[in-house]
Amino acid sequence: MAILFGSQDWADALKKALETSQSYKEAAKKWEGDIYIIVEPDASYKHRNIVYLDLWHGECRGARAVKDENEKSPKYRIFGPFTNMKQILDKKVDPVQSMMTGKIKVKGDMAQIMKMPRAAVELVNCMTAFETVFPD
Amino acid sequence: MWYFVAPKVVFGQDALSHLAELKGKSAFIVTDKNIVKLGFVDKVKEQLSQAGMQAAVFDEVEPDPSLQTVQKGVALLNQYGPDLVVAVGGGSVMDAAKAMRVQYERPDIKPEEINPFISDLGLGAKCKLVCVATTSGTGAEATFTIVLTDTADQRKLSLINHEIGPDIAIVDPELARSMPPQITADTGMDVLTHAIEGFTCTWKNDFTDGLCLKAIQLVFQYLSRAVKDGNDMEAREKMHNAACIAGIGFVNALCAMAHCAGHSLGAVFHTPHGRSVGLFLPYTIEFIGEVREELWAEIAYTVKLEVPKGRRAAATLAQAIRGLAHSVNQPLSIKETGISLDSFNTAMEKLIDNLMADGSLIASARIPNVAETEKFFGYTYEGKSVDF
Repeated sequence: MAILFGSQDWADALKKALETSQSYKEAAKKWEGDIYIIVEPDASYKHRNIVYLDLWHGECRGARAVKDENEKSPKYRIFGPFTNMKQILDKKVDPVQSMMTGKIKVKGDMAQIMKMPRAAVELVNCMTAFETVFPD
Repeated sequence: MWYFVAPKVVFGQDALSHLAELKGKSAFIVTDKNIVKLGFVDKVKEQLSQAGMQAAVFDEVEPDPSLQTVQKGVALLNQYGPDLVVAVGGGSVMDAAKAMRVQYERPDIKPEEINPFISDLGLGAKCKLVCVATTSGTGAEATFTIVLTDTADQRKLSLINHEIGPDIAIVDPELARSMPPQITADTGMDVLTHAIEGFTCTWKNDFTDGLCLKAIQLVFQYLSRAVKDGNDMEAREKMHNAACIAGIGFVNALCAMAHCAGHSLGAVFHTPHGRSVGLFLPYTIEFIGEVREELWAEIAYTVKLEVPKGRRAAATLAQAIRGLAHSVNQPLSIKETGISLDSFNTAMEKLIDNLMADGSLIASARIPNVAETEKFFGYTYEGKSVDF
């Protein structure tokens, strides 16, 4: 069953995918830090979605759909317009290339991200491990 | 969306004389003591003097240059205030010069902070960077990557940004003539690995494919000749060109698993870079196998290899690479590099960790898990073709 993007169900499904992915566990085994994934509205999407992930050494300790960006102060923020984020979720573009071309922006300790680019790739793979439906 | 970035390339016999055409008041030459001894720095100074430029020399770049060396060079750069930085040497020298130039122009950015997500560095306003290659391997004269060592933390820093590459690459085969056979072979295998990985990684693109294929063809045709006779200037020139072409090719795509494994082995056992990556190349082709079968076949066709009916192109290509490596006295297994089985087994966990953490792994067409990586290293130690 397709899960509504940005909902708590979607965050729960992502947590489950992260917990069961051996590839993610291996790639992120030294990852330390929580993340906001922020999807910004653009011409084809009027919503703003924020998903909070508490990631630590290959584990997902928590995942929540967040309404107010000020609710948490995560170590990393990955954000970009819906169209660019969707291209990643549809596996039409590589997530790291999207970051390198500024289609997706990242705020946080860049040195750590550069040391573990595969963690980012595996995180995205987990996002595509279940069927997503986008709100109108 | 993606980018293709390359410097102006001046190549062929007498390419060094292009330095005499440059405009500027003063130049800062970054090099190492061996290059000074070979007389190359004097040749560079002579050309710069014809351009009316004074030149200061910093010759303290060591193999695997450190952050500390870069800082030392930057201090001198700041004192001297040149409008041209000229790197004369191999990959280490050119990488150090790239880092020095960034900090000279952007003192607010430490070399270790260079990353692909910074844009608008605005380099070139204060000085231009010219890279003069004296080895035919890394292609660093044309790439926008830097590898430095943080000796305090005992770690390697791989830095990449589309804006940090040189403005001009000088690819004069005369400067490669003095490379001894062993280094010619090691660096030549690096070229082949860049080109094959650039052509088959997941970041391959239309702008890099042709460059990578041409470089592969040149290596197959000329590497053995350059190793056998360093004065074979046709072979030297073709290999020097191949290194630069492969550098532009792979850096605008990415390299992949052979580089990850090579970096891993080199970090633990200090095996020369080109020898390491070249050693792993046929094994990674076998490992990636059918995922890239069409591309292996395309490479095989380019280098005129016949793929027997019923046999995979990956296997044929891997075997041909082993044949080429053997012909230039390269080891075909980790065992043949002289690493004992005990040391190898003791280092296994570190080897796996290093490979899995290498940034280039994201572009491998097949990414191994931990168990597969351990098996992979085991096979490469013994020299056994990968069959899983």
